[in-house]
Amino acid sequence: MTETIVSPVQAAIRAAGSERKGALIGYLPIGFPDLATSVDAAVALVEAGVDVLELGLPYSDPVMDGPVIQSATQQALAAGFRVRDVFTAVRAVRERVDAPALVMTYWNPVLQYGVDRFADELKAAGGAGLITPDITPDQAAEWIAASDRTGLERVFLAAPTSSDERLRLAARSSRGFVYAVSTMGVTSARASVDAAAHVLAGRLTDAGADTVCVGIGISTAAQVSDVLGYADGAIVGSLLVKALGDGGVEGVRRAASDLARGTRA
Amino acid sequence: MTLREQVGPDFGAYGGRYMPESLIAALDELTDAWQAAKQDPGFAAELAALHKSYTGRPSIVTEVPRFAEHAGGARVLLKREDLNHTGSHKINNVLGQALLVKRLGKTRLIAETGAGQHGVATATAAALFGMECTIYMGEVDTERQALNVARMRLLGAEVVPVKTGSRTLKDAINEAFRDWVANVETTHYLLGTVNGPHPFPTMVRDFHKVIGEEARAQVLELTGRLPDAVAACVGGGSNAIGIFHAFLDDREVKLFGFEPGGRGLASGEHGATLEEGRPGVLHGTKTYVLQDEDGQTLESHSISAGLDYPGVGPEHAWLKDLGRAEYRAITDDEAMQALRLLSRTEGIIPAIESAHALAGALKLGVELGPEALILVNLSGRGDKDMTTAGRYFGLLDEGAQG
Repeated sequence: MTETIVSPVQAAIRAAGSERKGALIGYLPIGFPDLATSVDAAVALVEAGVDVLELGLPYSDPVMDGPVIQSATQQALAAGFRVRDVFTAVRAVRERVDAPALVMTYWNPVLQYGVDRFADELKAAGGAGLITPDITPDQAAEWIAASDRTGLERVFLAAPTSSDERLRLAARSSRGFVYAVSTMGVTSARASVDAAAHVLAGRLTDAGADTVCVGIGISTAAQVSDVLGYADGAIVGSLLVKALGDGGVEGVRRAASDLARGTRA
Repeated sequence: MTLREQVGPDFGAYGGRYMPESLIAALDELTDAWQAAKQDPGFAAELAALHKSYTGRPSIVTEVPRFAEHAGGARVLLKREDLNHTGSHKINNVLGQALLVKRLGKTRLIAETGAGQHGVATATAAALFGMECTIYMGEVDTERQALNVARMRLLGAEVVPVKTGSRTLKDAINEAFRDWVANVETTHYLLGTVNGPHPFPTMVRDFHKVIGEEARAQVLELTGRLPDAVAACVGGGSNAIGIFHAFLDDREVKLFGFEPGGRGLASGEHGATLEEGRPGVLHGTKTYVLQDEDGQTLESHSISAGLDYPGVGPEHAWLKDLGRAEYRAITDDEAMQALRLLSRTEGIIPAIESAHALAGALKLGVELGPEALILVNLSGRGDKDMTTAGRYFGLLDEGAQG
């Protein structure tokens, strides 16, 4: 390992791991149901015990997202979401809470904004980095260069079907954590988290990943607790988005608070 | 290197594989299977035998002199992919991929479809090989191509109307990718055009290049020379690359792709990706995309469901930038007039998609003059379009079920 600097996201995950079972990472789309409410909701997540924020950039063709997140991001786009709103939202959230904020984005909006320009503005807004679901490290030279230059973190995904060689690539290329996709499928709350997640987390550690977080299908405190038995963090999205849609900021605060119990027991 | 030798993942600055990690293993597996099949004479022989006994290849070339009178007197030849089993060129790629799927040991096919031609071809292959089949089709398209929905269901496929986004082809592709991510162990995504992540643009092209290879020999035999121009319609671009490919290194043969101009480029309601789009990433590949300033994909419009798509295959993007092929827009009305003209002058009813190429050929003939020889890819037949044409030209009796 040549990387000795601990990134802010990694630091937050490690702190959670020493104080509790591990970290809770919460996803919400920016601009849903509107920009101001999405900022309030992200702040509420952190106040309720979320350690790292994953803020989604709404995109017209989200191939990795299930119906709940699709519907929310389509609503954000219909309400006039613009890519530049990401920086406004990240800045506003970071002014109110300390938790690191990663942006989850499909690649084309970043490409069209300009990879370097996007990286610079995200950095200036206090963002931690990007989670990129539709580019893999072997297709990401421009982003790897921009993140090296700015010090932004880059989270790549790993799947149960990934070869050992590809897991090593994901581990080597990621900074912050590696996102272990728990199951073969798109985002949605599921009754059970696949046994495949446990196996994948172990394989990623063997492949050299020092921080592994598991996402897709996690929707209860018990599942969070279960995942934290073998991974550094648990990522929750669809359940929180649904809670925000149904119950507003207070609804999502309650949902996050409930999930956070899973980080303690 | 010749232009014909170019293979993916990259076509110049275009192509690649912008995909979730969850699908990379399946794409690698498919690439390996395709490479192995290319080395295996048994695979080529099996596919050729199927094309001969099932598809009806080689498809014929028909000269259309009465139609050509409206094209400045140029000679016009049609490559008759409309006569293939299932009614379009789509079967070429479908049978090729289905044979690969047999080798992969997968048992379920999924596909997107716009006009329904690719869905029908995929459902046909699933029936032929005893595979399960699910077709994703935008809800808007299930309405305007209802006949093809019935055909697919009759063939035993499940047809899922996609209600998200613009409810057309691009959203059907998104939904097919989501299904594939969840079911990749048993399922093959039989992508229907020359776009998507590597190896699809190269592999689908290779399955369609038989169109141009046959046509080049047929035109030479019939006329003793190569055509001056080759015309094809372009949505995703599979029939166009299929007929262009054999001519890529014949620099004296001009290549023209006709995109859906919809209600006119100025209206903003069109699918003219190569003229009005700019480079970006959509559906796993870098190519021209109709998109707004933020990179959000715009909704396309075309009277033809099969061309109603805001992206295009990366090899076309490359050929455009190289200047090797030229891409122009044909409006809905120009296409419909050409559809009627070919029907009335030659007794051949083309698909609305293919009618874009015919309308383009009418203009090319006037430009190139009476000595010109123009080869048009008649990529599909118009049976599926009778409701649209019936309404457009007022051909349905009052109270008729349309």
